[in-house]
Amino acid sequence: MQVEPLEVLEFLQRYPPFDSLPEEALTRVVSEVEIGYFKANTQILALGQAVDALHVIRSGAVEVFRRNGELYNRLSEGGFFGEFGLLRDGKIRFPVKAIEDTLIYFIPAAVFHQLFDEYESFADAVEIEDRTRLRQAVSSREDANELMTSPVTALITRDPVSILTTASVQDAARCMTKASISSLLILHPPEHAKAGCIAGIITDRDLRTRVVSEGLSYSTPVAEIMTEELITVESTQYVFEAMLAMLRNNLHHLPVMQRERPVGVIAISDIIRYESQNSLFVVSNIFRQQTVAELATLVTDVQACFVRMVNEDANSRMVGSAMAVIGRSFKQRLLELGEAELGPPPIPYCFLALGSMARDEMLIVTDQDNAMILDDRFDPEQHDAYFAALAKFVSDGLAACGYPYCSGNIMATNPQWRQPRRVWQEYFDQWIDSPSPEGLLHSSIFFDLEGVWGATEWAEQLNQHILRKARQSQRFLACMARNALNRTPPLGFFKDFVMEQDGRQNNTINMKRRGTAPLADLVRVHALAIGSKARNSFLRLDDVIEADILPRGRGQDLRDALELISMVRIRHQALSLEQGDTPDNSIAPEDLSEFERKNLKDAFQILSNAQKFMKFRYQAGR
Amino acid sequence: MFYLGSRKSSESVPVDWQAVYRKRMLDTQDERLKAFYAAGVVSPDTPLKAVPMVALDFETTGFDPQRDGIVSIGLVPFDLQRIHCKGARHWIVRPRTVLPQESVVVHGITHSDIQSAPDLMRILEYLLKALAGRVVVVHFRSIERPFLNAALEKRLHEGILFPVIDTMELEARVHRAKPLSFWQRLKGVEPPSIRLVDSRQRYHLPYYRQHHALTDAMATAELLMAQISYRFSPDTPVSELWK
Repeated sequence: MQVEPLEVLEFLQRYPPFDSLPEEALTRVVSEVEIGYFKANTQILALGQAVDALHVIRSGAVEVFRRNGELYNRLSEGGFFGEFGLLRDGKIRFPVKAIEDTLIYFIPAAVFHQLFDEYESFADAVEIEDRTRLRQAVSSREDANELMTSPVTALITRDPVSILTTASVQDAARCMTKASISSLLILHPPEHAKAGCIAGIITDRDLRTRVVSEGLSYSTPVAEIMTEELITVESTQYVFEAMLAMLRNNLHHLPVMQRERPVGVIAISDIIRYESQNSLFVVSNIFRQQTVAELATLVTDVQACFVRMVNEDANSRMVGSAMAVIGRSFKQRLLELGEAELGPPPIPYCFLALGSMARDEMLIVTDQDNAMILDDRFDPEQHDAYFAALAKFVSDGLAACGYPYCSGNIMATNPQWRQPRRVWQEYFDQWIDSPSPEGLLHSSIFFDLEGVWGATEWAEQLNQHILRKARQSQRFLACMARNALNRTPPLGFFKDFVMEQDGRQNNTINMKRRGTAPLADLVRVHALAIGSKARNSFLRLDDVIEADILPRGRGQDLRDALELISMVRIRHQALSLEQGDTPDNSIAPEDLSEFERKNLKDAFQILSNAQKFMKFRYQAGR
Repeated sequence: MFYLGSRKSSESVPVDWQAVYRKRMLDTQDERLKAFYAAGVVSPDTPLKAVPMVALDFETTGFDPQRDGIVSIGLVPFDLQRIHCKGARHWIVRPRTVLPQESVVVHGITHSDIQSAPDLMRILEYLLKALAGRVVVVHFRSIERPFLNAALEKRLHEGILFPVIDTMELEARVHRAKPLSFWQRLKGVEPPSIRLVDSRQRYHLPYYRQHHALTDAMATAELLMAQISYRFSPDTPVSELWK
């Protein structure tokens, strides 16, 4: 009587990728397993050696090396190796050494190939290309959220209702009442060159604020009070993109376009139907609060919104954008309140968001990084008291609303970062024209810059200036690249430790410092080099891919790596909040699932390779 | 415990196993045994790396080969490089003696399991085929060889003889080489355990559940692999290990 060895069966059942195999397949595997023992410090597989089996570690630990002798990975119980050779030419590419007394279960090549052909989950797990596995991990999550997969047209419940520019406001109001809608599209009349295209939009609110309260005649042409310069979405876009557009611009109605013709209008309520407790609510609530103390009460709403987005499988762009919009709204409302308290500004100014807020990559734990551009007429004696007070009002307000003061003192309260336009231009000229890695060390954050209040066009002009200059200075790019290499990812995980490139082990990993931050730094360097206008890392990557400066496929790899690392960071912050803890960026390996560990290792590898490529590409004097 | 002392046996003249097999092959009346001996045994100077082996474990109704019987048999073929689960076998057999309740507690094989099990004779052909041409490896050699010998004597009126490598005895060579000193005994020092589960731990082998014949056979095979990599070499002649 033949029986499968129970110990082998029960062991394999506990570990991926075997845990997902059906019982009868696993029984077949187990009856073919072979077992070997390797004393600590003995070679298990040598470079170029023929490989006849997938090696699964039953007990003990091994180190896997690259061809050049560099440590590639350290594996323990449940880890497996040898798949690279099996899937290529049957020769070992990654030599392996036992670092503890190790018992190996061998899955013979024939069985391995059979599993690989028959079971997709098994094939995915042992796939040679790390990045393929990561791609799958990321895309399977992308499919999970309805907002990500539903086209915006799914929200359109009726044909658009419209009226011509020549109609009166009363006609418009009657039309809206009849159709019971809260917004109305205004179209160019037939004789107009753009006949049938949208000229503008009016809402209930416009009728109240622009017509009735202004005492205008009912016969006023609707064209005089409509909102022009419309923000719209294309019918091919997704619900989440519509949501982002509404969030960013604080819109309540958004026309959906198809070949320049409106096919419908979606309202905030349409999206909220999709998502119960929406970030849009939080934003509109922010603008309704009358004091800093009232604003501070919204902190729990912001956290709840963050947790809910994570639980509803939002991707990192949705979360990052929503949190950035919320953060930006706090700033804007605080500036409104500040101006109300201190009086109108003596000269024009622009309030800046820097870093993750400007990149739309904000999470729940983020320092406030901000600055002020003042009009060139700025006279410190005359004006600075006002702006210092305003900066302090905003900064203290942000701190009360859960955005801690910036430890590097990059805030408008610091006189250095509260300067007229010409000084800001000098700053950037200095950074770009006479760069040094030390000088740029703390200023990379200024290269993610956005105007959030006041003369925001100044921020755009400054950005244009940076774009023009930066791409032409090899020395500047080389310095930025060098600084972007200061923070490197670890190699992976081993047991409950974080394993460094040199084999050292740590207890925790800071996912920001070791993951998302170096990735954002790297993407910024490439973006500056090609003169990309985008600020969000994903959008910058789109431009970088378009510019074709990376080896084929690497841009997509970087997107996947950024998404995965960001989501691990985001999920762990959400988990902390749900457990009533203070969220941070530090994660202990024991809190990571096997799935997360494996994918994180792939993502770290992609980042590490991308850093090497960047180092090579941006050398000073090239 | 059961250990009999290695110094006495190491003084005895080594058995010429190949001669024993040749003689028994001619003497035996049973075709199955004849085939077993005909498959032969490796010469004593064969290096361990070239020795085909089979780990064997019995669960029994007690410890006396004459009075007690075999209830289950587990075996797995292996060599120094690998254990082959493909050749693993496990049988429950019906002993011709009563099954005491105490032993049921140990191996978990119940009276009803045994009622439907075959007599050893029904599986003997397969058992001997699995052992043929291989050196048998056991943990504590006073069980498998004596029990199989006694069972065959009862049924065929002739026993069976083959060399065994005893992983417990290999452990004892290290941990029982020197008797405890007077002082050690006075201080209550206990000699290290050479039971299968404890011995495995010393080589960092994983914990396997005990008293299942196949699992114990595998555990024994792994232990021997570990012992050889720690204390012998692949070129050590088999005669240094077998008894």
